[in-house]
Amino acid sequence: MAGQKKGAAAGSGRRRPAWLRLEVVIVPLLLLYPFFPVLDQLVQAVFDTSLRLDRQLVNIFIFAILALALNLQVGYAGLLQLGIAAFFAIGAFSTGILTVGKYPFQIGFWGALVAAPALAGTAGLALGAPTIRLRGDYLAIVTLGFGEVTRVVLLNLENITDGSRGLNPLPSPWLPDWLTSAAAGDATGRMHFLAMYYVALLLLAGLVIVFRTLERTRQGREFVALREDELATACMGINPARTKLIAFAAGAAIAGLAGALYATNLTTTAEPNTYDFTYSIMVLCCVIIGGLGSLRGVLLGAAVLLTFDNVLSPLLTNLIQRHLAGGGSGHVLTSFTNWRWLIFGLALVLMMRLRPEGLWPSSRVKAELHHKQEEP
Amino acid sequence: METFAQQIILGLVNGMVFALIALGYTMVYGILELINFAHGDLFMLASFLALTLVGMLGLDAASSGASLAIAIPGIIVICVVFAGGLNWVVDRLVYRPLRGAPKLAPLVSAIGVSFMFMNLGLFWGGLPMDVFGHGTAAAAPKGFPDLLPGTNLLGDSSLRITVKDLVVVLSSLAVMLGLFLFVTRTRLGKAMRATAQNPTAARLMGIDVDRVIGATFLMGGALAGFAAVIYGLYINTIHFQMGYQNGLYAFTAAVLGGIGNIPGAVLGGLVIGLLRALSDQYVGAQWQQAVLFGILIAILVFRPQGLFGSTAREKV
Repeated sequence: MAGQKKGAAAGSGRRRPAWLRLEVVIVPLLLLYPFFPVLDQLVQAVFDTSLRLDRQLVNIFIFAILALALNLQVGYAGLLQLGIAAFFAIGAFSTGILTVGKYPFQIGFWGALVAAPALAGTAGLALGAPTIRLRGDYLAIVTLGFGEVTRVVLLNLENITDGSRGLNPLPSPWLPDWLTSAAAGDATGRMHFLAMYYVALLLLAGLVIVFRTLERTRQGREFVALREDELATACMGINPARTKLIAFAAGAAIAGLAGALYATNLTTTAEPNTYDFTYSIMVLCCVIIGGLGSLRGVLLGAAVLLTFDNVLSPLLTNLIQRHLAGGGSGHVLTSFTNWRWLIFGLALVLMMRLRPEGLWPSSRVKAELHHKQEEP
Repeated sequence: METFAQQIILGLVNGMVFALIALGYTMVYGILELINFAHGDLFMLASFLALTLVGMLGLDAASSGASLAIAIPGIIVICVVFAGGLNWVVDRLVYRPLRGAPKLAPLVSAIGVSFMFMNLGLFWGGLPMDVFGHGTAAAAPKGFPDLLPGTNLLGDSSLRITVKDLVVVLSSLAVMLGLFLFVTRTRLGKAMRATAQNPTAARLMGIDVDRVIGATFLMGGALAGFAAVIYGLYINTIHFQMGYQNGLYAFTAAVLGGIGNIPGAVLGGLVIGLLRALSDQYVGAQWQQAVLFGILIAILVFRPQGLFGSTAREKV
């Protein structure tokens, strides 16, 4: 048992030479990309669109933070959460309320970056405290219900949240003077983009490091033990309800952080219907497709899903409609976006059937899943 | 007072439809402990089939009574067979290979199937038929012709109980009675109850558990198919996303009645129908979902065994 755990923690990638490891290549590339957007120019030239890949990268970073939050709850602690969008929305709307000119708070982006996770985490604590003891699928339904209630409340409290219009405009992050002047002459849009790009990228990198460390700490092992066998964990003197609640509230807080970034990036909280059940499921999709409980997998899942949704699908729609020359341009089948739920649904079904551990699994989850399948 | 009485009637009739859908959830959950997320979307697909058939037969509110009396039962039979068969096929292809897997796997698969169905509903709504509003967007709500007479049975009274209400209530009650007799009186029904109680013991007693599960999906789907036609005839508007919301309301009903409990699901459906009608009237229709899901959360926290159920407490 001990030997198996050690092997799982070490992972297979560690034997490779350091300069070949993926993060050593990817992190500098991402750090430099906004100044050398080669792929952007290529895509724009080939497909004849105004699609900006560097803008989409910001979305991927934010979405990956959200996916990491869900991974903490579902992947590590095994709590099936179907309402992550609610905490994302709470983060976005508290950022809106705390920074927008309409209200007296106006604490600015950095203040909101602290306040939004705190508020979302509190909401997670408040929802989790009475419900965390429920059995797995009941918890799933409670979180699903909470997601819908949050959306409806945000939509209907029109004099606070501006209802379906959403709160806007949200202020851009304030940066030190030397940074602002370094890019002097550039349009404010470019400054906003650069600030969001690096803030999101650094927060994501920071979270990845935190989670990596967590996997080796007592707390992280408690989460995983809980997922693998709740009864055995309780027998080892760990309080399951308390541990679950920590995972739930921490996940909610990180989702709130993602919400703060999301709203600031868009400069609007967007309409509450954005944060619906399908959004929660999309985050779940990327955690599951990438690999439950696997950091690399979740990042990959977020990248794959958003690339599909925001890059591939508009490009394909564009291509299909251009080649069908007029005739069927308005038809429901010719817009590739209309196929997305069929494809996501099929992906979920096929993954569960063929590769339940995900595309890039954590070795421990893989062992667990295959062990369980042999049991009956 | 009259508004209140009218809302009670509306709520009870609506509740019948929720009860029919809730039965499908509760039966599957009772045996597999699987929340079949795709059930609501199956209901939606069946209602699209019903509307397609209505369009093909050229029925509308002006059609003669005799032709309707033949056509509607025919449509019901086709939709019941379609939904039951589709549910059976989905179980066979998707859930059955996952029987030994961790519980997360079939649940996630069910969510996947639900989205595939929803997407098919979107495409279905784009059919070039008059009933689908050819030319309008595929995603638009579709009008279902008002085929049942809306004559008030109470004569000139301003309180309305229509022929339509009566047809919905009586036919639903008949179907539920049939189901109840099937589960309590037949051999297969007994096998279902045994499997729900303890699958391993049932297998040891020589029950073909996979066949029983298949039959459960078949029957749950068939009920959804029946509910779909009734819903179209009663509500008169269908939409490709309605499966999700109605499915959740029905699931709430199943939880309310104690999940796995067949009479409980019917009572739960009626209660949800009533609560929905009353909250629309006295709280405001825009709060409907918040009220119902708030109730769902409260029940799960305070009485997870359901309001009427006293099923054995789950260990750990």
